[in-house]
Amino acid sequence: MRTSARRRGVAAAAAVAVSAVGLTACSGGGGSAAEATCTNEIKQPDAAQVTVWAWYPAFESVVDNFNEMHTDLQVCWTNAGQGADEYNKFQTAIEAGTGAPDVIMLEAEVLPTFTILESLVDLSEYGAAELEGDYTAGSWSDVSNGDAVYAIPVDGGPMGMLYRTDIFEEYGVEVPTTWDEFATAAQDLRDAGFEGHITDFPTNGNALNYALFAQNGWEPFQYDAAKPTEVGITVDSPEAEEVLSYWKGLIDDDLVATEDAFTTDYNAALVDGTYAVYLAAAWGPGYLQGLSEADADAEWRAAPLPQWDPENPVQVNWGGSTFAVTTQSEQPEAAATVAKELFDTDEAWKLGVEEAALWPQWKPMLESDWFTGLEAPFFGGQKINEEVFLDAANGYEGFSFSPFQVYAYDQQTQALYDMVQNGTDAATALGTVQDGLVQYATEQGFTVSE
Amino acid sequence: MSLGSRVEAGTARPTSKIASRRQRWGYVYVAPFAAVFAVFLVLPLGYALWMSLHNKGIATAGRSVFVGADNYVKAFTDPVFLEGLWRVLRFVLVMVPVQIVVALVAALLLDTLATRLSRATRLLIFVPYAIPAVIGALMWGFLYSPRFGPAQDVFGLLGLTAPNFLSSANIFGSLVNIVTWQWVGYYMIIIYAALRSIDPSVYEAAVLDGADGRQIALRIKVPMISSSMVMIVVFALIGTLQFFTEPQVLRSSAQGAIPSDYTPNMYAFATAFNYSQFNYASTLAFALGFLVFVGSYVFLFLTRKQSGLK
Repeated sequence: MRTSARRRGVAAAAAVAVSAVGLTACSGGGGSAAEATCTNEIKQPDAAQVTVWAWYPAFESVVDNFNEMHTDLQVCWTNAGQGADEYNKFQTAIEAGTGAPDVIMLEAEVLPTFTILESLVDLSEYGAAELEGDYTAGSWSDVSNGDAVYAIPVDGGPMGMLYRTDIFEEYGVEVPTTWDEFATAAQDLRDAGFEGHITDFPTNGNALNYALFAQNGWEPFQYDAAKPTEVGITVDSPEAEEVLSYWKGLIDDDLVATEDAFTTDYNAALVDGTYAVYLAAAWGPGYLQGLSEADADAEWRAAPLPQWDPENPVQVNWGGSTFAVTTQSEQPEAAATVAKELFDTDEAWKLGVEEAALWPQWKPMLESDWFTGLEAPFFGGQKINEEVFLDAANGYEGFSFSPFQVYAYDQQTQALYDMVQNGTDAATALGTVQDGLVQYATEQGFTVSE
Repeated sequence: MSLGSRVEAGTARPTSKIASRRQRWGYVYVAPFAAVFAVFLVLPLGYALWMSLHNKGIATAGRSVFVGADNYVKAFTDPVFLEGLWRVLRFVLVMVPVQIVVALVAALLLDTLATRLSRATRLLIFVPYAIPAVIGALMWGFLYSPRFGPAQDVFGLLGLTAPNFLSSANIFGSLVNIVTWQWVGYYMIIIYAALRSIDPSVYEAAVLDGADGRQIALRIKVPMISSSMVMIVVFALIGTLQFFTEPQVLRSSAQGAIPSDYTPNMYAFATAFNYSQFNYASTLAFALGFLVFVGSYVFLFLTRKQSGLK
């Protein structure tokens, strides 16, 4: 999700290095394969080892923390790439029937993509259902299906609005709380002489665009893992059209930019004063702070995401990850224990929050005084968790993704790009995605309802 | 001709004991290569062919059904695949001539000049080929970047606005530029080596006959290296039909302008690893391989006189 070209290059180089190490280990003939591929140090060499793929930043300290606290079970961690890079390897391992780890980090949005391939273990057999109360309702809804639980939630991306208070003050514009006010603010900033754009609407925003549509009640997919051959597709609903027409209007008036997200140019634009607002998930503040070339005078603040109907606010989520156990695992019970317990202590979560800027879905941390009271120096000491993201996290009710999510995203990116470049309207763009997905799903053997 | 008759004479000779023992050793020497060839090329190809004749929908996971040529029928009527093919054909029509002409002109000039500067130039033209394709494409991604690239500064000096090299209108030219930059040096070295192998007395005779430098280049040098020219055109043709690395790398900074199915190879890659349809991806790969084979064969047939194959 948060992949830049450079990171991909590094990941590819790392993958080559890892495979080179693997080959050396084979030809050397010494030591087991598991020992050779662990990135971390194993504290208890005699204990059973569970292999884990994950790309969290600063994850090694969390793994060390787990391994120190467990004598009978050790985590052997590998970073198999971020997002799509890891999923590609997992897809290949599924097709090959071998090569997957015991536990894998997956974004919630791709869980149906992998459950339909029968590659994830239902963790309710290993007591996962009892944990429901420990997690936010929305995150639990995203990992479960009826009684089945396909993953343990880790971090989330409840959405808010990060804005440059210095820019809003300089041009004397009020910070918007509704989308109507947001459009007015965009025009007011322009009229007052602001040369940038209020924000960016990236055509490759994927999950961001989904969240913005979902805030208006968009439910594009109806999919139940218990009936894996049936899928409902209603991408081109009036709710989505309303949101997309809104953004199309701002784009046509050149009030909103349409730069691709997650490129180096976009990263620079986020922090150099080109945009006054960054519509962000709770991991956004950590992302912003990691970017270089920042405007030295920038003063950031956080506010709730603007609403369509302020009387009935709707909270949405962008991103977030989970731990799932693969059906290739020969020790699913041990793997389930690792998935459940890697992030179920205050110690682990303090590492996750402080070192990796993760947003916990685990309620004991989410609701702790320590977490809610955190003051963010980047935001001038504002308690952004308590003031903005906590409500968003608790208000999120879950979202149903499709079992071919990567394809759906690619189709959407293409249609939105065409809309921006060739001047087609919102209804046409959504109709193109709808027709493309219905045809694709039918070809794949689904019974499709529209 | 003389080579052919010598071989015939060799096989006509009755096989002696020593010769047959030599043949046995021959198989032993070939064995390591044959094993690697079979395990890493023939077997995977066979498996991919088998996969391309079966199908497995996402909704029918785990059940692989024999479908015969259905996947191939689908591929050759798949608008996405056909559009990708048409795109790489356009690349062939533009990119191959550009590369060959630039490489040929550079080689002819370097062949005529023999100063220290020409040796340094030869090396400089060759250097891009020594840079891995992925690194080269990443580097160009930054050079094309509207914010970080030098284009805006250069155009700004003239009071102009730089074009966006990564927009859908310009991406074709941007890719042609990257590939030309990367490969011209390699083709130039091949042509240059062929030129050096021409006997200089031919040029002396031409000069005595009153030929000028341009005539020597076009009437003598180019025809005499035509077999090398045919070879590099085949290289360029095959490489362009299989276009993958540069657009795939550049895609990370231009996802709208370069969709995941931009070229047939990228389409096959995305179909397998992003959409988990390995069967259809195998079909796409085989269909592309077949077209590349046909294309190369037709080209070699048409140029059989120049290449010396006949």
